[in-house]
Amino acid sequence: MADNGDEDSAYRIKQGDYVVLKRGDIFKAAQIQPKKKVIFEKQWFFLDNAVGQLFSTTFEIVSGVLHVRKPKDAESSIDAKEVGTDNRNIVDDGKSQKLTRDDIEALKEQGLDGQEIIQQLIENSSTFRDKTGYAQDKYIKKKKKKYENTVTILKPSCRILAMMYHGREPGKICHLRYDTLAQMLTLANVHAGSKVLVFETCAGLVLGAVMERMGGFGSVIQMYPGGEPLRPGVESFGFPSHFHDMLHDFPICRVNALLAGTLKTTAKDPSADSKPSDMPAEEMIQPEGEQQGSPEEQGTDTNSPTDGADEQEKEEQDKRREAKAHERKVKLEEKRKKLAAVAPLLEGRDADGLVIASRFHPCPVLMNLLKFLSPSRPFVVYSQYKEPLIECYTKLKEQGGAINMMITDTWLRQYQVLPNRTHPVLLMSGGGGYLLSGTTVTTDRSKPAGSQQAVEPAPKRQKLTDTEG
Amino acid sequence: MSFVEYSDCIQAGDVAIIYQSHDSMMPVKVQQGAQTQTRYGVIRHSSDLIGQRYGSKVTCSKGGWVYVLHPTPELWTITLPHRTQILYTTDISMVTMMLELKPGSIVCESGTGSGSLSHAILRTIAPTGHLHTVEFHQQRAEKAVEEFKEHRVDHLVTVRNQDVCKEGFGVTGVADAVFLDIPSPWEAVRHAKAAMKRHGGRLCSFSPCIEQVQRTCEALTDEGFEEISTLEVLLRVHDVRTVSLPLPDFGSDPSAQPQPDSAEKPTPPQTSTTLKTTTPPREVPGHTGYLTFATKPRT
Repeated sequence: MADNGDEDSAYRIKQGDYVVLKRGDIFKAAQIQPKKKVIFEKQWFFLDNAVGQLFSTTFEIVSGVLHVRKPKDAESSIDAKEVGTDNRNIVDDGKSQKLTRDDIEALKEQGLDGQEIIQQLIENSSTFRDKTGYAQDKYIKKKKKKYENTVTILKPSCRILAMMYHGREPGKICHLRYDTLAQMLTLANVHAGSKVLVFETCAGLVLGAVMERMGGFGSVIQMYPGGEPLRPGVESFGFPSHFHDMLHDFPICRVNALLAGTLKTTAKDPSADSKPSDMPAEEMIQPEGEQQGSPEEQGTDTNSPTDGADEQEKEEQDKRREAKAHERKVKLEEKRKKLAAVAPLLEGRDADGLVIASRFHPCPVLMNLLKFLSPSRPFVVYSQYKEPLIECYTKLKEQGGAINMMITDTWLRQYQVLPNRTHPVLLMSGGGGYLLSGTTVTTDRSKPAGSQQAVEPAPKRQKLTDTEG
Repeated sequence: MSFVEYSDCIQAGDVAIIYQSHDSMMPVKVQQGAQTQTRYGVIRHSSDLIGQRYGSKVTCSKGGWVYVLHPTPELWTITLPHRTQILYTTDISMVTMMLELKPGSIVCESGTGSGSLSHAILRTIAPTGHLHTVEFHQQRAEKAVEEFKEHRVDHLVTVRNQDVCKEGFGVTGVADAVFLDIPSPWEAVRHAKAAMKRHGGRLCSFSPCIEQVQRTCEALTDEGFEEISTLEVLLRVHDVRTVSLPLPDFGSDPSAQPQPDSAEKPTPPQTSTTLKTTTPPREVPGHTGYLTFATKPRT
């Protein structure tokens, strides 16, 4: 009760905030930008009026403008005085609704709000009175869904974004269902102060979820495929800027070099730091870093001068090329600095957790990244399919270094709970993907364990591995 | 070690998890001079545990070995001494996400029970959050206090020995989230509302029976809670197996031998094929409880 006006400011929607729009069970992420048109659930509107309002406020959309919904509207339910007992006299003749589609359109154009339209529909329905109370409820609910033009603006959270992605764009997150994501965060013991490795191609949803659970304490290292880490979903979380200080990234294509200890060229960067425009700096990184992109670029570069273009054009081209080269150099330099900064975080091979959820085959990813974990740390691998996880399981069992391995999935069932009408929701999600989880342990090769193994009687060992399965 | 912070080596006073096999783990309190019996023989704490790295293999007196693991709320859940029925990791995961718990969250919980969920909450809200947990059974409350101290998370939690249905959580207007696991949650809904922040928050109630859910949902509606949703989540385990399927013998096929002269030594017909697959365990838990979530709007 210590809340006062000032404290409210933390809960008010500001310009530039990332928010989530909600109507019924439908979510959509958006950013509050001046005069920006948003389309949501077949309606368009501007978010400008939301600025200064509290999060979780419900708005009425009137010709593209948001108005705070008056609290009385929310509760003024449509009362039906008469109810029927059963449907023995209700005949589907298609004529029960007296209003035509055109009539309804006309009502809409008159500027009637959803509530009023629904009232009209009820009054013009000849069968409504004969329906049972439950059927009347259902009718109203259905019409509300169609004609009510409200939107609620929420503060983003892992719960909301995970549900949103699963509902809207499951393909972008490898069909990772939100309950599966919840399992991953727990099984990997993600918490403040630890050092967690994440490899994901789920638009940044998994990365954002890990970051939310760490609250800006500790470090998250995103291992990314390709040229740049892609994480549009992380933005939607609207993290405070200091959260980004704990986020690091490392290109997965350098993992082999790092493990082999040959990443030195890029690591000894202080020298290059002092003269960032030096040509050798670029050459140094070329053979390792830009292998994929460079042949093509070089090709076009060498072609252009021989074309015999006139002087001026050539000069301009040169300039542009120089500028471009410079830009690239600066970018490469930045990239290298980042790499030099993140490499030591991995080199200690003392990470506290590993989370994998990608469209790539999980087996090689897991086998390589597991090497960066301390012993007695949890790991969790998501896959949309079970078979690659069986392969991971088998390979890890052979190789050792992990125990307590389990392949699981979760089954999620929602319920409708209403007086006398409680039952499971009719449609449920078919599958939310599979998880392989486990704990790292020291491998036999390390120090004393090796000698002990030799001394141990064979039958005992056999027995232990049997029970482990 | 602490349940909210990893450390590399085992020290006296730590709680370590002894892993004998997937379904045989136990927690031990590490003490100088103490011994622990395992199925592979005895472990001497001073020489076998203290100073060793978590995750190491420890050879026991009879020559067999065990692994010693760093405690986590998940390992604690499967090894803790039961004083009550407990929540398992599958439900806990869902509760944590749907209650939007994160570092800094202020959480109210009742009952404390065996502390399975409490440890998971503490892990998630550390280092800046706080848990107010209420347990009306005096002995259980005392035991929980003791455990939290042993696990070095006592600075993050307040245990109150009172009846949540009558006296509430002992705090008002502070909680971001409330969790109820009591026989009559509908009687605690208004206390839950009072405990929550003025600007709103999330609530979860865990009940095994649908009648309890029904009454709780009614109470939640009456108290103005929104976004009420009930769900159930079940874990399915897939045991990895190599199976061999025998192939039936159809007898010799005369049409399959176009070159009779090469059929001097017919290759013996394949009698089986093997493949890697998974099977479900023979029996699985079919129901734990219904999870009902709701949002308290700003008041």
